[in-house]
Amino acid sequence: MKNILKSIAQFLNKFFEKIGNFYTHKVSKGIDKAKFILEHNFLIRREGLTLTLFSFLKINVTRKRREAFYGIMFIMLWIIGFLIFTLYPMFYSLYLSFNEAYYSLETGVETTFIGFTNYLNVFRSQSLLPLFGTYIGKMIIAVPLIVVFSILIAVLINNPIKLKGIWRTIFFLPVIISTGPVINELNNQNATSIPALEDSSVIVYISENLGPWLANPIEAILTSMLLILWYAGIPILIFLAGLQKIDGSIYEAASIDGASPWDRFWKITLPSIKPLISVSVIYIVVSMSLFVEPEGILDLARLHMLIGAPDSNFWFGYGYAAAIAWVYFLLMVIIMGVFILILSARRKENR
Amino acid sequence: MKKLDYRRLKSRSRHFLFGMNFTDGIVYKFVIYTLLISFSYIYLYPVLFMTVNSFMSVDDLINPGVKWIPSSLQFVNYGRALQVLELPGSIVGTTSYVLKVSISVTISSAIIGYGFAKFRFPLKNLLFVLMLATFILPSQVTMVANMLIFRNLGLMSTQKSMIYPAIFGQGVNAAIYILIFYQFFKTIPGVLMESAEVDGASQIKIFTRIAIPLAIPSFLIVFLFSFVWYWNETFITSLYVGGRITLPLKLQAFRASYETLFPPGTAGAELNEAIMLAGNMLTILPLLVLYFIAQRFFVESIDRTGITGE
Repeated sequence: MKNILKSIAQFLNKFFEKIGNFYTHKVSKGIDKAKFILEHNFLIRREGLTLTLFSFLKINVTRKRREAFYGIMFIMLWIIGFLIFTLYPMFYSLYLSFNEAYYSLETGVETTFIGFTNYLNVFRSQSLLPLFGTYIGKMIIAVPLIVVFSILIAVLINNPIKLKGIWRTIFFLPVIISTGPVINELNNQNATSIPALEDSSVIVYISENLGPWLANPIEAILTSMLLILWYAGIPILIFLAGLQKIDGSIYEAASIDGASPWDRFWKITLPSIKPLISVSVIYIVVSMSLFVEPEGILDLARLHMLIGAPDSNFWFGYGYAAAIAWVYFLLMVIIMGVFILILSARRKENR
Repeated sequence: MKKLDYRRLKSRSRHFLFGMNFTDGIVYKFVIYTLLISFSYIYLYPVLFMTVNSFMSVDDLINPGVKWIPSSLQFVNYGRALQVLELPGSIVGTTSYVLKVSISVTISSAIIGYGFAKFRFPLKNLLFVLMLATFILPSQVTMVANMLIFRNLGLMSTQKSMIYPAIFGQGVNAAIYILIFYQFFKTIPGVLMESAEVDGASQIKIFTRIAIPLAIPSFLIVFLFSFVWYWNETFITSLYVGGRITLPLKLQAFRASYETLFPPGTAGAELNEAIMLAGNMLTILPLLVLYFIAQRFFVESIDRTGITGE
């Protein structure tokens, strides 16, 4: 028994001795070497408060520089992501939109330069161009509507009312539910239009007396009134936050001077939440544009990309999809720009 | 005497109706509550519609006399929808996927927001504007190139293709999350950080020990928002990760999967609206539960964290 234990101990001793030798002769020497290289390399060297890069570039580590270094390190994640997942794809898709591009399993993407043909095709398309038309019409009518509506609701909720939490819960509900498939299904079942509105004589009157290019968007908006008002979820929150920052004593002073609630709304409330209007316009335009309807513009772009094949007469591949996306994006920016221009022009007049 | 009484009555009733300065009178209140109730009807209508109709039988759906109260509760609808959506397995799958993405986007946007809020460095303003601009850029512009990148990296049709952009601050609506953190970290007085720095704490330690504990409300908000938005995102998810990973995507393919599960000729083969709506209810039910649990954080902390971006 003793012998067995002894042999085991001997074996272990030998084993650990070997490990110890290995550590002292190889590992620690290696670490020393690495340390020496790090301290005496030509890439980066540090002595006190000076960093030396490449043996000749000397940098004094000032407070400002250290701060800048840490700041850039903190946002490094974003910079890398931006370059890889946003900037490069942006330019690449811009490049693709001037090409005829298809994916093939053997060679990857094959491109042939065709200039502006893709863009011309977008404007020639029988199915796309009307969609762009209705998109613009919808935006021009819906965005002011949502802004007015959300200001109204924000003002209402900001009143001293009972059950504040419940009202807020209700008005913020759309943010939770607005998932594409659910909304589309509700749309199919006519659950997104208020029943009384749908068969009212107003719609009949509009569709009979206005041209289709004007009547169609108006009719679409009236019938899907609810869907549109549902985009007010986050704008309401934006305005509510703005309203709560107004000092209550201003209202008191105004009412002592004899201002009616009507006056107070136009003279105090509206001017103080005016800067938030452009923020919510941007928000509304983006969230409405990115909502993917079946057989909408975005859906078509995806289909062109996924189904596109060189011999297809219906699906034009990556380049065409990229061109659609770019036209759509530019339209979005133009619509936003127009709204913001109008808002800022009004503001100058008031001064 | 009589005249005086009349006057008092008049002033009293006036006070009762319009109050001292109109806003505390009963007329004003009546108007406000009427408006609130009618608006909330608009907002609640689809949810009520969905709930009620999902319990209806086929006869009730056709019968114009039945609108709000079904003649009998059909739990069969929910049973079928459960089968088609492959619950409860798919709830676990969806939640675990959405959790992964939203946690990574929350952490990364906290780090990035802190970097933007607390440090000064060259080109900061330009980078900040670019960061905000990514909110406007539709993902459809970058989708072609992103798909090629993912394909080359071998990330296509895996969850990593959503997680990696989230880690690098390019996820769905990531600009908003970064902005929320930015606004919050701006409000923390710099003196606090400076005193820690004088005491010899490193920047990373300051971030993890001082900034993060203070920012817990913002973490909650951003996490909730990203959870909801990633849950609802179907376009990008179906493109990068693939067909039927999340519940909303399964809902999109509801009709097709219903037909394979209940082929024509078998019992219960005809798909009716009630079953579709039951599927819808099941898809948003987790979100509704989450919303009603965390409702306070959702609504109240918004004004503290500044989604408004002033």
